[in-house]
Amino acid sequence: MKHLALVAALLAPLPALANPDPADWDSVLAEAQGQTVYWNAWGGSTTTNDFIAWVGMRVAEDYGVTLEHVKLTDTADAVTRVLSEKQAGVDDGGAIDMIWINGANFAAMKDADLLFGPFAEHLPNWSVVDTEGKTVQTDFTVPVEGYEAPWAMAQVVFIHDTADLAEPLGSMQAILEWSTANPGRFTYPQPPDFLGATFLKQALVDLIEDQTPFYSAATDENYAEVTAPLWGYLDALTPTLWRQGRAYPATGPAQLQMIADGEVDLAISFSPGEATAAIANQQLPDTVRTFVLDKGTIGNASFVGIPYNSGSAAGAMIVANFLMSPEAQARAQNPEVLGYGTVLDMTALNAEDRALFDALDLGIATLSPAALGSVVAEPHPSWMTRITDDWISRYGSAQ
Amino acid sequence: MPRAITLIPIATLLAMLGPVIAGLWGTVLPAFGHLPVAGFDGPSLDPFRALLATPGIGTATRLSVTTGLLATGLSVLIVALIAGGWSGTRAFRFLEKLLSPLLSVPHAAAAFGLAFLIAPSGWIARLISPGLTGWERPPDLLILNDTFGLAMTAGLVVKEVPFLLLMTIAALGQTQPRQSLMVAQSLGYGRLTGWLKAVFPRVYAQIKLPIYVVLAYSMSVVDVAVILGPTTPPPLSVLIVKWMGDPDLGMRLLAAAGALLQLGLVVATLGLWRLGEMVVRRLGHAWIMRGGRGRLDWALQPAGLLFGGLTAAAIFAGLAGLLVWSFAGFWSFPNVFPDSFGLRTWMRHGPAAGGAFAETFWVATAVTGLALLFVIGCLEAEHRSRRKLTSSGLWLLYLPLLVPQTAFLPGLQTLLLGVGADVGRGPVIAAHLVFVLPYVFLSLGDPYRAWDTRNGVSAAALGASPNRVFWQVRLPMLLRPVLIASAVGLSVSVGQYLPTLLIGGGRVSTLTTEAVALASGGDRRAIAVYGLAQTAAALVPFALALAIPALVWRNRRGLHG
Repeated sequence: MKHLALVAALLAPLPALANPDPADWDSVLAEAQGQTVYWNAWGGSTTTNDFIAWVGMRVAEDYGVTLEHVKLTDTADAVTRVLSEKQAGVDDGGAIDMIWINGANFAAMKDADLLFGPFAEHLPNWSVVDTEGKTVQTDFTVPVEGYEAPWAMAQVVFIHDTADLAEPLGSMQAILEWSTANPGRFTYPQPPDFLGATFLKQALVDLIEDQTPFYSAATDENYAEVTAPLWGYLDALTPTLWRQGRAYPATGPAQLQMIADGEVDLAISFSPGEATAAIANQQLPDTVRTFVLDKGTIGNASFVGIPYNSGSAAGAMIVANFLMSPEAQARAQNPEVLGYGTVLDMTALNAEDRALFDALDLGIATLSPAALGSVVAEPHPSWMTRITDDWISRYGSAQ
Repeated sequence: MPRAITLIPIATLLAMLGPVIAGLWGTVLPAFGHLPVAGFDGPSLDPFRALLATPGIGTATRLSVTTGLLATGLSVLIVALIAGGWSGTRAFRFLEKLLSPLLSVPHAAAAFGLAFLIAPSGWIARLISPGLTGWERPPDLLILNDTFGLAMTAGLVVKEVPFLLLMTIAALGQTQPRQSLMVAQSLGYGRLTGWLKAVFPRVYAQIKLPIYVVLAYSMSVVDVAVILGPTTPPPLSVLIVKWMGDPDLGMRLLAAAGALLQLGLVVATLGLWRLGEMVVRRLGHAWIMRGGRGRLDWALQPAGLLFGGLTAAAIFAGLAGLLVWSFAGFWSFPNVFPDSFGLRTWMRHGPAAGGAFAETFWVATAVTGLALLFVIGCLEAEHRSRRKLTSSGLWLLYLPLLVPQTAFLPGLQTLLLGVGADVGRGPVIAAHLVFVLPYVFLSLGDPYRAWDTRNGVSAAALGASPNRVFWQVRLPMLLRPVLIASAVGLSVSVGQYLPTLLIGGGRVSTLTTEAVALASGGDRRAIAVYGLAQTAAALVPFALALAIPALVWRNRRGLHG
């Protein structure tokens, strides 16, 4: 009997070890064949949905993996689901196989051991990822450590309709001045929507000189003092907003319809190519352009993570790897498709793959990489959480 | 067989009330701090303390009550004015014909349509701009998502008026309104006043339960609130659903406490409504005793038709708006029509909408099939045992519609998770059944009982067994009402948002969940495609229910109904 226990202990997989083993790519390929991957990704943007559908078609062709897009209104829903499953003891065959994730949601999942991995740095296409120039190994200051795979770069830009607002505005202060002179023509998505929360962070980092506090967790001691300029700014801005700040668009893409309807002239976006893509989709007038702030704007990477209890981790790794392929990356960067920034290192690509990117026409409303200027790294997630909560009680719940 | 059939009513009650009771149980425990799967051991009052400390909870609670009362009150008023001023006229028969399509339009689709009509950049503003208004750009007016919830109330009214009107028409059939009205008019009463004084009290007694359903539904609606309702803060029901989706499992406790608050709120408001009934009865008595013949009829009568027409027009114009958007190229303000038309949107979203359509179809078909089995079984058992449905039986039937969805569905989801029940179609079908069963029962009950039993006697005299009478005489003769009840069941299932979202765990995407998910993205073209597909899914069965009997019984005129 003693032997049996010993054998069982040896056979039992070590909890820390990823199974299937991402380093053994051939066995991953074999295991993935025929698997169905439920990818939980925010479903509010029709262009992203189309891109995911295309990815599904391609991985089905090449690897026999079926991809199902579970459209979320809020990524937190997926995190909840995995957490509830863990609490209920569903440690295998959970409802979710892959999540489009970053920031606070990643930090929460990694913290609670809800993620499969590490796998990202074992994926074959990791070799062409730009680990030097792009923030793909930290996510909102949290070390990634291979628990999520990057697939797109995002940077804050402002979309403006040149028919009504001709010149770029160089700072948050300039935006306030313009909005004061043109009341009702600007708004931002309602926090806790991530783009709305990003607007708050963008305002904060632009208003403050010393940005060191943002790169460690917010504390009870420094929070009130550091964020005071933001609340002063918003108190001045809110009455000048669209609907005087009594209603807000629900998400980023909702602002596009508002520009097309002529309800606002300025909107925040986390995707430098979104405006061009929207013009191509007849969602925006062709008078729309984009700009960034003089001091730079916040940028981050979008990742995919795999829940620890996914029954199709092999299939999910296939999809994650395909997302990092030059083919998928070039398609995502095509402004007529998505206009997302690539995570790849152009110098690491062979000539054929690089040609895919060189052939792209970034479009009339997309800034060139040089014009996009410097990227401000994402603050520690605790800032976003606290600022969002504060915003809700100050502006989101008419007292 | 005789024994089996007596079990059907019990099984039906279980299918209908089981999930409600289980869900409420699953709500009560976490509301008092007991949720062992998440590491909370109660009892404690912390969730309620947290609920009271939530910013904006007062406003959210008030919104739930005010929008619910206002939507219900307005709907009852409009229905009384239409039925009183116009029943029996050609205009009324025309409205009656529109009822089925109006009823089958899902709430979400109607709300999307309305949103595009009344927004400052919507169709109405475009029609009169810049000509009448001088608006080159949409005015900065808070019409949609207004802080008082008026847009949301309007969205509820346009959908509840057809429902209550249908119930009123059914009630009128049982109250001999014509005789009363004739007597009243011969005494010199105006048409509307005479109807309100002589007929309405009896009609109201019959449509009381449906009105309570409307009140409970309006107070706890989620999809219409998300599309048209206020956001700073939203009504209580929307907050509950948000908390249910929070990554922090502790928020489930808050959601459960909120759900209990919602339940208490609905019960209290129903009590308030009953109190209001008493006041209105007093005032009404005094009004009747004063003997006024109706000096305002000349104004109120057309007002009834106007409001009735407006609610219908709002839905149809809204759908027309969706249709135009689904084919629209770029479309700027204040142009009444798009700069160009094309098939681009349908090519982009058609395939995905088709997939959601299939899922919707399978769920709705399974639910409706089950509901028909239960309901016909119950009615046949009732017929054979010669026992009538008592008034407490009727209350039981309405109970699942009176308990707010946001009160028991969160608890049901938590329970299902606790027992590790797999998510997917099965639980979703069971959850839909709770809402579909009562409507199918209400739709089929009267025609089933009205069937002329002499047909059965004749068949039995020729030697047919009760089962043979059922299969070969009764069911074929009732083809039309059975099909209509199926159409009702299908359209109720198609429109379900919360049961699909919460119980399906995201894996069951129907047209309704997809459409509401798109609402936040604001892409009107995509929303239009899903809204139209949703409407078609609910509308086509009604068309079939009318067409099939006419085809099958083309040589049996008496069965066309």
